[in-house]
Amino acid sequence: MTQLESVMAKVRAENRAALIAYIPAGFPSQHGCVKAIQALVAAGVDAIEIGFPYSDPVMDGAVIQEAAEISLKGGTNAADVFAALKVATDTGVAAVVMTYWNPIERYGVNEFAQSIADNGGSGVITPDLTIEESDRWLAATSKVGINPIYVVAPSTNDARLADVTAKTGGFVYAASLMGVTGTRTSISSDASNLVSRVRSVTDLPISVGLGVSTREQAKSLAAYADGVIVGSAFIKLLLAAKTEQEGLDAISHLAKELALGVREGR
Amino acid sequence: MSSSGHFGEYGGRYVPEALIGALNELEIAHNTAQKDPEFLAELAQLHRKYTGRPSIITEAQRFSEHAGGARIFLKREDLNHTGSHKINNVLGQALLTKRMGKKRIIAETGAGQHGVASATAAALMGLDCVVYMGEEDTRRQALNVARMKLLGAEVVPVTSGSRTLKDAINEAMRDWVTNVADTHYLLGTVAGPHPFPTMVRDFHKIIGEEAREQMLALTGRLPDAILACVGGGSNAIGIFNAFIPDRQVRLIGLEAGGDGIETGRHAATITGGTPGVLHGTRSYVLQDANGQTIESHSISAGLDYPGVGPEHAYLHDIGRAEYRAINDDAAMAAFSLLSRTEGIIPAIETAHALAGAILVGKELGPTANLLINLSGRGDKDVQTAAEFFGIPL
Repeated sequence: MTQLESVMAKVRAENRAALIAYIPAGFPSQHGCVKAIQALVAAGVDAIEIGFPYSDPVMDGAVIQEAAEISLKGGTNAADVFAALKVATDTGVAAVVMTYWNPIERYGVNEFAQSIADNGGSGVITPDLTIEESDRWLAATSKVGINPIYVVAPSTNDARLADVTAKTGGFVYAASLMGVTGTRTSISSDASNLVSRVRSVTDLPISVGLGVSTREQAKSLAAYADGVIVGSAFIKLLLAAKTEQEGLDAISHLAKELALGVREGR
Repeated sequence: MSSSGHFGEYGGRYVPEALIGALNELEIAHNTAQKDPEFLAELAQLHRKYTGRPSIITEAQRFSEHAGGARIFLKREDLNHTGSHKINNVLGQALLTKRMGKKRIIAETGAGQHGVASATAAALMGLDCVVYMGEEDTRRQALNVARMKLLGAEVVPVTSGSRTLKDAINEAMRDWVTNVADTHYLLGTVAGPHPFPTMVRDFHKIIGEEAREQMLALTGRLPDAILACVGGGSNAIGIFNAFIPDRQVRLIGLEAGGDGIETGRHAATITGGTPGVLHGTRSYVLQDANGQTIESHSISAGLDYPGVGPEHAYLHDIGRAEYRAINDDAAMAAFSLLSRTEGIIPAIETAHALAGAILVGKELGPTANLLINLSGRGDKDVQTAAEFFGIPL
């Protein structure tokens, strides 16, 4: 059982949703990323997603694009991603990597899965890897015992939801809306529809991402989802901060609010 | 090619799950249309009465003196409406858009030719059109930006990344993920996720089908070699496709060598890249050790792309087609030569194929017949060429 599976089981036992925070490796700097991970964990997040910054992030909105650009200008590479992963797992929370497919293929499919496991990682979220292209990846993740996490969308039909979730481990990543990452003022009704459709085809936990930024939104999602994923909202605060400490204080405050939200939903 | 859209180990689909439904819908619409006599007749009629097909073949006798005396035949896609081969694909996809009941098309463009062609098709068929174009390219191709606006399209300058074609594609994909329910992404080349490489090839293969008949009628035999420039590779696949079974016909793709492969500042993806995934398909990619895309460089905006269509990657690997790089300087010399010897100003993209013809003509000598896809005309490049040759504007 991966650490992520344990965490998802634990929050289910506590009758609440998990709070999952996303931060790109090397952002706002290598050192700043370490501090941010530690601040998020101290504030009560249950799991961390380390982003592998990529030159062509077609699923990401302007905020994460900017963070990826800053990180890549700072020279972030695969070793930095695994180092950030280790910082997160060393704190005791569950941690996964989120990456577009090409960096995995370039690093070596088996080698990438092995390095995730070696650094205590529970799995990898691959937003542009379709199940049709996944044979080598599923073999590699299965061999080292980590979770392959797939994203499903409101446009995914029921038959395909069954096919995708059958290959998924850890949790199913449900995109709350048709669109790219970034904060939204309200959560689309697509989210609850999608979660109930996913429930009908799998017993896996379901985490909802895209557009979440407030305690109220976390609370409303926690009513029916097993996990709430927040990324752009943290990154926005780090981008806006005048000093590193100001940014850390801001994300810590937001994470505490969200941690309350995921406990208030039911 | 398999039903999953693979060409050997290349092709396939590497896209967000949100797009799978739309790609399946498009694949079915395309497959159905290709077997529907009504659709095929409507497209053929448009090509006769709107595009100006079949495009003619011009023998370039004075140019051939500079190419080892080989006979040089130009397939004149530059004479199509809107000035390049791009119209073949956009008319086909615009008809499919209407069949799928969608009202809005989005497109990416580098040189602006595909954007202009898309805006044209949208105007003709009453569709809304948004064209994404790298900010750097809007500057290099200001004339085409104005043309698109005159045709009623909205042009969105893209300011992320390298501000060129690859970033325009990223932005178009983001739009599509968001608006897929009522929007068709009218991708302009034989790249991207399945079914695009196959579908765009199917709409351009008319180039080679016409040319094969025309060459047999003109010369009584098949050409010895066919040359075309390759960025994403749509005009090249279009002219190659009908000749792939003719093993004796050499198929030669000319990539943009920029400042030279050795400088790292080029866009020669097959010559200087490695297998990887970009923009939804597995093919050759210009990338670094971490799988990050490397910015491409070329004087030609239309070839300035760090990926290439997966079928080209496959044709390269199995040895059916060969790919060579032509540097900026050689392309511009060929641009000038065709203008002065034949009275035809080619697109700078196309000039790469002409520079290849000079090399291959010298290699094969006067008994050889070479067929060049003259994929576009150079009106849009007058400013770039004037700057290059020091002609005051």
